[in-house]
Amino acid sequence: MDVKDIFSYNWMYLLPEFIILGFATGLSLLDLFAGKRLGKAVIGWLSLAGVVLAGIFVFVNIGSLAEPYAYMADTIRIDNYGNAFKLLFLGGVAFAILLSVCYLKQGEVKHGGEYYYLLLSGLLGAMVMASSADLITMFVGLELLSLSSYVLVGLRKKSLQSNESSFKYVVSGAISTAVTLFGMSYIYGLTGTTNIYEISGRLAQAAASGYEFLIYAAFAFLAAGLAFKISAAPNHMWAPDVYQGAATPVTAFLAVVSKAAGFALVFRLLMICFFQVQSDTRFFFEQGALYLAFIAGASMIIGNTMALRQTNVKRLMAYSGIAQAGYLLVPFAPPTILFFGEVTFFLFAYVLASFGAFAVIMIVGRDQQTDDLKGFAGLYHRSPLMAISMSIFLLSLAGIPVTAGFFGKFYIFMGAIAQGSYWLAAIMIATSVVSYYYYFGFIRQMYMRPGTTEAALRVPKTIGALVLVLAAATVLFGAFPGLVTDYVQTYLNPGFNFGDMLPPNFQ
Amino acid sequence: MLLSLIVFTPLLAILILTFVPRHKGDLIKKVGVLGTLPPLLLSLLLFVSFNYELSGLQFAEKAKWISIPVGTLQSGAIFSFDLGYEMGVDGISMPLIVLTAIIATLAAVASWNQKKRLKEYFILFHLLLIGMLGVFASQNLFLFFIFFELTLIPTYFLIGIWGYGEREKAANKFLLYNGIGSGVMLIAFIVLFMYLNTMNMEAIANLLGSVNHPAALALTPALRFGLFLAIFIAFAVKLPVFPFHTWMLKVHVQAPPAIVMLHSGILLKMGAYGLLRMGIGFFPEQAYQFATWMAVLGLINLLYGALLAFVQKDLKMVMAYSSISHMGIVLLGFAAMNTIGFQGAMFQVVSHGFISALLFFLIGMIWERTQTSMIDEMGGLAKVMPFASGIMLAGAMASLGLPGMSGFISEFFAFLGLFGKMPVLAAIGAIGIVLTAAYLLRAILRTTFGPTPDRFTGVADAQPMEVIPLVVLLGFIILIGVYPAVLANPLQQTLKTIVPIVTGIGG
Repeated sequence: MDVKDIFSYNWMYLLPEFIILGFATGLSLLDLFAGKRLGKAVIGWLSLAGVVLAGIFVFVNIGSLAEPYAYMADTIRIDNYGNAFKLLFLGGVAFAILLSVCYLKQGEVKHGGEYYYLLLSGLLGAMVMASSADLITMFVGLELLSLSSYVLVGLRKKSLQSNESSFKYVVSGAISTAVTLFGMSYIYGLTGTTNIYEISGRLAQAAASGYEFLIYAAFAFLAAGLAFKISAAPNHMWAPDVYQGAATPVTAFLAVVSKAAGFALVFRLLMICFFQVQSDTRFFFEQGALYLAFIAGASMIIGNTMALRQTNVKRLMAYSGIAQAGYLLVPFAPPTILFFGEVTFFLFAYVLASFGAFAVIMIVGRDQQTDDLKGFAGLYHRSPLMAISMSIFLLSLAGIPVTAGFFGKFYIFMGAIAQGSYWLAAIMIATSVVSYYYYFGFIRQMYMRPGTTEAALRVPKTIGALVLVLAAATVLFGAFPGLVTDYVQTYLNPGFNFGDMLPPNFQ
Repeated sequence: MLLSLIVFTPLLAILILTFVPRHKGDLIKKVGVLGTLPPLLLSLLLFVSFNYELSGLQFAEKAKWISIPVGTLQSGAIFSFDLGYEMGVDGISMPLIVLTAIIATLAAVASWNQKKRLKEYFILFHLLLIGMLGVFASQNLFLFFIFFELTLIPTYFLIGIWGYGEREKAANKFLLYNGIGSGVMLIAFIVLFMYLNTMNMEAIANLLGSVNHPAALALTPALRFGLFLAIFIAFAVKLPVFPFHTWMLKVHVQAPPAIVMLHSGILLKMGAYGLLRMGIGFFPEQAYQFATWMAVLGLINLLYGALLAFVQKDLKMVMAYSSISHMGIVLLGFAAMNTIGFQGAMFQVVSHGFISALLFFLIGMIWERTQTSMIDEMGGLAKVMPFASGIMLAGAMASLGLPGMSGFISEFFAFLGLFGKMPVLAAIGAIGIVLTAAYLLRAILRTTFGPTPDRFTGVADAQPMEVIPLVVLLGFIILIGVYPAVLANPLQQTLKTIVPIVTGIGG
């Protein structure tokens, strides 16, 4: 391992991370010294500025990066895989901040400032997760994100429910962290290194020397532990409780940013570490993929069927999120060349639809003082625009044309058939149809049931505009998904090396 | 351009309606009805300028739409899947577009008495119209699928909001059944796409028919049969064929009259169209092997529908079962696997479109005046509504196949075709015709003849806005009956191209 002189690196590529770090520290100091004198929203807007700035530099990186750039023996590795995810995180956090600025006016969270820099530190953790190629940095990123999330969930100090869910989150999170770490320790024990690119080769040697069983165990532990973060089966149980207890913008953050970060980690870690492992067959494409396919299938089935009986909107969204995690694992089991495009597009569509849905849920929940599905009754008469936008988001989540979610699902579905996982494709279809029932449950309430009041819904201007933009984008990218897939192909793929890693005869 | 114009001109009405204030009911109705005229006029233009002598596609349009980058070839060129925007009509789809446009206009007129939430009603109505026209105009499986799905959403709303008592149940059932159908269809489409790398219908039919093409060879007979079966099931749900029909009964009873006109007039026909175009058109050999089963299923539909229609107490249920019975004839026509049979089936599709639209419109009219559709509660309507009763009797006559009306031609052709191939089954099927006469006459005579109950004495006959659809629909029914060439001409050339494929293989 050769660590160059620290100043010889081009630190330019890490600017987005530094910006977020700087803003997080700067804002916490600002809050400490001037917090009382500042208006509540100021820190929010400032952190939004930081996120936007970081986003700009990610775009700059994408433009200037010819091939992956590694810092300090691959502890941090800037490549387009990470950049794509970073764009999703930054977009997600920007939405979350916009929601929060409105949410915090309500006064449930006393100290608005810490809320924002916790979001930023969580974001930083996510970004580290997306672009590290070393078990240690990955773990640090994972914990940074997790710890921030634990606090964020419990930030409504006076709410018993919030406390409970935060506690649940910490406990179950700690267990899954332990499981993940346990899996990593197996890998380290077998290979003596934490660099995942070196692991890749050495694990293959270990397999050749007869340590297959330990490798399988490591894979199983890693997958099970990381399933927590993406709220996939068998580690999904926390999601409904935590989603329900957290403040709605935090729920949105967990559902989108935290989940996407988990995927960034899972894909990179499992794929690179295990793809060369070969005994009788290629482990990753046979047993490993099968294992993940089970997780995917179970998540789809559990998420979609459990959602049927939910009456609490946030719990419903949690189960819907579990199901979506299942869909997102499908391209991974086993991966094809379409993999990267499928994942980025699906996540992109998911970010748009989820944030839109959570924004509407927040407005309605606040107006009705309840998270019950019945709160949506008669929404159409109170605010047609919100109801129509919400319908668009739900249709997108359900995967119905002409929405971005449809194409995302179609793309994944196509990949599943290309790789011959017909049974996974069949589960996808069957569970999607099941999901129509509960997504349309919202629609039934909004359009077909009389509400308690006919008074016009008060929609804050920023949120209203945000919702409309998201709805329009959902339809636009549904009709012209090429806008995204072309961007991914033109700008993100060249420096991206998963495609090369797949066996040549694989399609 | 003409086809795109036909399909998308209803957008104009949607756009105008968006800006019309909610309380201006009359204006909304006018826009709603007038909005159906542009596609009607354009489709009449299509009918007039359609060249009967040609067998291939006419008015074809092609545009690049979505291109999914898949990877790079050895040469460095990017290899991608293309999903094009491709439209076109041939002798099969052209009459269906015209049928759609005509019935849509009449259904809009029939919505004149609609009072509830007019604005949304007409917006959804036009959205549905776009979907239906698009289904028949698209020449690309992906595009077809999108339009096919596009019909689901507005129909769901139109049933769920404007229907009768159990409207929500009916809407849900509609959505779930059709969702599963679409899912199965999507699987078949993507499998085809993966093997043939195209979604163009003509190209797929050609590739599948070619003997030497490697892509076609990769599709083994077993796989082909599986695909055929998947497509058959997908459209059997829509048609609907016997075990999949339950949703359709609910829809026909619960949906508002104008929507039932569209539903039984056109939406069911999408099933027949898909079966011919994609089931038999793509897999003639498999269809030929399956023909006996198709005939058996057709017989079940025909007899089962007729028998159950006979014992129904509700006039709507009589008509719903009658639709099932008549769709059996479509299957019998297909099962014949010869020109006459196909022609009979397509005649039945168009003719039943007009007849069922007419009868359901009448039932809606009667319901509006008497608040009942139970046969036992009615009677003697001929005295108070002589005009409507007369038309109803005529419609029933057409439906049971009285010579000189469209129903006769279709049944005659379908059975003529079948007698050549499966005389025994055809003979059994002929019983169905007798049953049809029995249940229709029973239902119609009981409602229109006999003493008039006191509470019906004040009931008014058809109003001017109601006379238009009645007369126009009956006009078309008689026109086809007296001058079948109007429909036979366009069908002839196209069917000629399908039949040699079928018979060439089957002998």
